[in-house]
Amino acid sequence: MRLLRTVLAAFCLTWAAAGLAGLEQFDFTGNVDEDRFKELIAEIRCLVCQNQSLADSDAELAHDLRQEVYELMQTGQENTQIIDFMVARYGDFVLYNPPVKPSTYLLWYGPFVLLAIGILLLIKTVRQRTRQTETAFSEQEQARLKAILGKEVDEDA
Amino acid sequence: MPRFIRYLAPLAIFLALAGLLFKGLSLDPRKVPSPLIDKPAPAFSLTRLKQQEATLGSADLKGKVSLFNVWATWCVACRSEHPVLMQLAESGKVAIYGLNYKDNRAEAKRWLQRYGDPYLANAFDSDGRVGIDWGVYGTPETFIVDQQGVIRHKHIGPLTQEVVRDEILPLVEKLEATSG
Repeated sequence: MRLLRTVLAAFCLTWAAAGLAGLEQFDFTGNVDEDRFKELIAEIRCLVCQNQSLADSDAELAHDLRQEVYELMQTGQENTQIIDFMVARYGDFVLYNPPVKPSTYLLWYGPFVLLAIGILLLIKTVRQRTRQTETAFSEQEQARLKAILGKEVDEDA
Repeated sequence: MPRFIRYLAPLAIFLALAGLLFKGLSLDPRKVPSPLIDKPAPAFSLTRLKQQEATLGSADLKGKVSLFNVWATWCVACRSEHPVLMQLAESGKVAIYGLNYKDNRAEAKRWLQRYGDPYLANAFDSDGRVGIDWGVYGTPETFIVDQQGVIRHKHIGPLTQEVVRDEILPLVEKLEATSG
């Protein structure tokens, strides 16, 4: 039990250290709001390790860009201005939340188009089936059916 | 007809999807298109790598078609593209400028002495600020800048003989022909 606790503590410490290693220390006593800073760097993708945001990445470029964001905030820039700064240099790819524009219509609306097609197909199939069961037999067929069934009943009896 | 479509549709959809995914295999997600193409080169002025007292800036890139190559001594791939740059410089077909990115000045000078210097001049970007303005995210990167100082092309990753022959030189020649 004791051993387990020690191991667990060591594990947690390593984890915490690893988490700290990425982020350099910034001074948030000035006019830079820490929460806003953290939100912003979580929204921007690091181009070196592409599945990480600036907040997660330990890449050299991520360090530099975090510094850049911090300094832009110090000069009183709004979030949109900082995002524009990044997009002007690295393109829409830096955004985790891609903007809605002609080149991204497929990305944004594609799933809804597929959903609509699916619903239409479903409605069509269901309608077809109900119509089929309703008009399954013509009068002639019904008569024949009766005759066959009648015969069978007779045979059973 | 409907029956035959019903049977062929899944096959067609499968083939389309397979084609799409197959195309994806040959695309490199690390190559992010630059928003700077067809925009004026970002303004900068830095000290030169070799002649520290002189500067190299965006104004120097105007007046001729030039390559702007981002490199560093810590960049392994830069070493592999270096002979290609040397050969291109010797051919005299295009002016080559460099951006020595987040490097150590002494080491960078030593590297050029050892392997040869293909650059007309290098801008020394010690903190990588100019690199950020140019949207640099992985060295080596090579930009083609036209006579008006507009970025026309960006190649990400090391230059090879094939890239120079098929991508770089044809575009350089085309740009030189349009307004020489």
